[in-house]
Amino acid sequence: MPRRELLTGNEAVAQAVALANAQVIGIYPITPQTTIIEKICDLAAKGAFHPRIIHVESEHSAMAAVIGAAFTGARTFTATSSQGLALMHELLHWAGGGRLPIVLANVNRAMAPGWSIWTDQNDSLSQRDTGWMQFYCESAQEVLDTTLLAFRVSERVMVPSMVVLDAFVLSHTSEPTEVPDADTVAQFLPKYEAPYRLDVEKPCSFGALLRPPFYQEVRAKLQEAMEGALKEIDEADQLWRKLTGRGWGIVSGYRHEDADILFVTSATTASTARVVIDRLRVEGIKIGGLKVRVFRPFPFEELRRALAGRRLAIIFDRNLSYGHHGIFAQEIKSALYGWRGAPPVSCYVGGLGGRDVTPESIEGMVRRSLGERNGELFSWVR
Amino acid sequence: MYTKPRLQGRPIWHVPDEEIYSKGHLACPGCGVAISARLALKILGRKTILVVPACCFAVIDGPFPHSAAGVPLLHCAFETAAATASGVRAGLASRGDTDTRVVAWAGDGGTYDIGFQALSAAAERNEDILYVCYDNEAYMNTGIQRSGATPFSAWTTTTPAYPGKLEHKKDLGAIMIAHRIPYFATACVSYVDDFLGKFRKAREIRGFRFIHLLSSCSPGWKISEADSIESGFLAVRSRVFPLMEVEDGGSTRRITVNPAPVPVRRYLERQGRFKHLKDGDIDAIQQHVDRRWAELASRFDLPKPAPSHAAPAAARGAFPGADGLARLLQAHAATLSEREREFIRELLSSMWNNPAYASQSDQDLVGLAITLSQLAGSF
Ligand SMILES: Cc1ncc(C[n+]2csc(CCOP(=O)(O)OP(=O)(O)O)c2C)c(N)n1
Ligand code: SF4
Ligand SMILES: [Mg+2]
Repeated sequence: MPRRELLTGNEAVAQAVALANAQVIGIYPITPQTTIIEKICDLAAKGAFHPRIIHVESEHSAMAAVIGAAFTGARTFTATSSQGLALMHELLHWAGGGRLPIVLANVNRAMAPGWSIWTDQNDSLSQRDTGWMQFYCESAQEVLDTTLLAFRVSERVMVPSMVVLDAFVLSHTSEPTEVPDADTVAQFLPKYEAPYRLDVEKPCSFGALLRPPFYQEVRAKLQEAMEGALKEIDEADQLWRKLTGRGWGIVSGYRHEDADILFVTSATTASTARVVIDRLRVEGIKIGGLKVRVFRPFPFEELRRALAGRRLAIIFDRNLSYGHHGIFAQEIKSALYGWRGAPPVSCYVGGLGGRDVTPESIEGMVRRSLGERNGELFSWVR
Repeated sequence: MYTKPRLQGRPIWHVPDEEIYSKGHLACPGCGVAISARLALKILGRKTILVVPACCFAVIDGPFPHSAAGVPLLHCAFETAAATASGVRAGLASRGDTDTRVVAWAGDGGTYDIGFQALSAAAERNEDILYVCYDNEAYMNTGIQRSGATPFSAWTTTTPAYPGKLEHKKDLGAIMIAHRIPYFATACVSYVDDFLGKFRKAREIRGFRFIHLLSSCSPGWKISEADSIESGFLAVRSRVFPLMEVEDGGSTRRITVNPAPVPVRRYLERQGRFKHLKDGDIDAIQQHVDRRWAELASRFDLPKPAPSHAAPAAARGAFPGADGLARLLQAHAATLSEREREFIRELLSSMWNNPAYASQSDQDLVGLAITLSQLAGSF
């Protein structure tokens, strides 16, 4: 029987990792991720699962250690935030390029300087091109379910996964969360059998020099796997819906069917946006919401379908590529380019370093977009 | 070809015939790390996984789809050998495999410098891995740049001569010993018997083990390819690179080979990387080496002659002089070159009063020395 518990986003990650029976976990503290590894140690100490926990001296070594373990065919996990994720950068490529099904939880935290422990997405989005899938979550339940899904999909396509959650707003707030039972998880997430691993019976090298005739071919296979992952994510989502009644989609809409205008965003901002959408609907504004949950692989088709024939898309980014603009906005526009059904797009950037994104600020974006638009690349939400 | 003698008794550093490390690797001729890998793998055996960061050895093993190692080899990021090996160990353990040997095999740059943090942490956690640092005293793979292991005054492309490197080599041994790990040793293939014995010992110990290999490099040291083994002999005899061993977190500390010393000048003058040195520089280096040796000798046990009760039949006296040696080698005189004779002399001197060979006849010992010297020199 599933049980209902009051869990923070971080506790939901830890519960999922225990349910997945992760075998090797590299741990290193950083706010606001730390409570994930604390909870994991607690669950392991209480015998909820029996991982080998490696108490490394840095996030860099945490990722190196789980890479080593993943090469032996073990199910592996680690968690981090901002500075820690940036420190891992070289090894994120190693995990992606090495086709290792590692799952990492990243609690979004703004990058220093100056020091910030509050949320924005520049840390995870800076790792966009490392060959990792990325899932942006909105609730503790979604975090728990997505972490399990990440293991399943990663192990089927041999591409690592990053489960991303907002600092504090999600990592440290509690919500009633359904924790599935072991049988349900077993039907969803079978025991992991690595297709290749370090094996003294079959000695070979992993990661050796790849000369130009080979390198690109190997990377083309990674791209192929990423493209195929969307189907796997969808299938996993359907199966989970069958088993638990819950599914989260690849993108998900809110009051979108008849909407002229879509407010597009990701992660916890999507919850706030729903409140605003309800308010504006009362006024007769035909607005709906669209949440982008899967960022890598990028859901071109799903986005096109969702945005087809709308009068306006308003895209809000809690991140910024300096010298350009919001990263989700750039990517969504790339999906719309040259495509006939493409709506006009109005882009906003705000909420950096944990600045609150309030219903009022979202409403302000909508009203501004409905008025005279001056053709600028994006506007700040102050 | 000399055929391996059948030794009476049981030589404890028996060398397996099986070649695991294959020919066709990409090392320069005479490369110390290729010889080291070949010999070490003979002892470590096929149930070994190597974890190799960026370094010459990563190239030597061969590009995809080739690998010379003969055992699974995981290439890892430059600074991650110790952390990646820790993960491999944990991963194997999660599959119930606790006896495959996990060996991090890294250069001096990957150990002294960029990989040092991860190394220290793995030692502190007492991970059940063997970490081998093959020290060729510079970043060779990138074309001979200074590392923390480069000795004082040595030329590299980033410490041009004159004066070469201005700082002394980092005392990594002292640092590793301070971690109180189960096993620490220095070794060099020139003293192949000592080398094999240390790998055999490290193989059997559980917990964090560290072997520091001096590993010659002809382009980097500017020596002749044929001088690889000789430079190792001179490094040890001049006490630039003392051969030692520390067990049980420091409860035993010994110098394992203590041949008659030679002036440090003899070590330096054979290597182009030191050719700019002036007499005063060499004197300064000699003083530094003497000071370090005095420190070491005060804290470490020096090898003792075999205790008489261990060897009632064959307690050996002093090492034979030139005539005595010629007599011992007489049976093999026809097959040995001048060079080989020199190697064998050096090896025999380190084995002569080693208690491990107390029960062997002098002739058996000579046979073993010949086999070992050919093992070291023939690759
Ligand atoms: C993070 C990182 N920095 C730099 C390099 C470039 N690099 C590759 S091998 C190497 C030198 C290795 O030196 P050492 O560890 O002494 O091994 P050797 O080549 O001498 O055998 C360097 C600097 C790298 N691969 N990764
Ligand atoms: S450069 Fe030196 S260490 Fe590298 S392969 Fe050649 S001899 Fe060996
Ligand atoms: Mg080196």
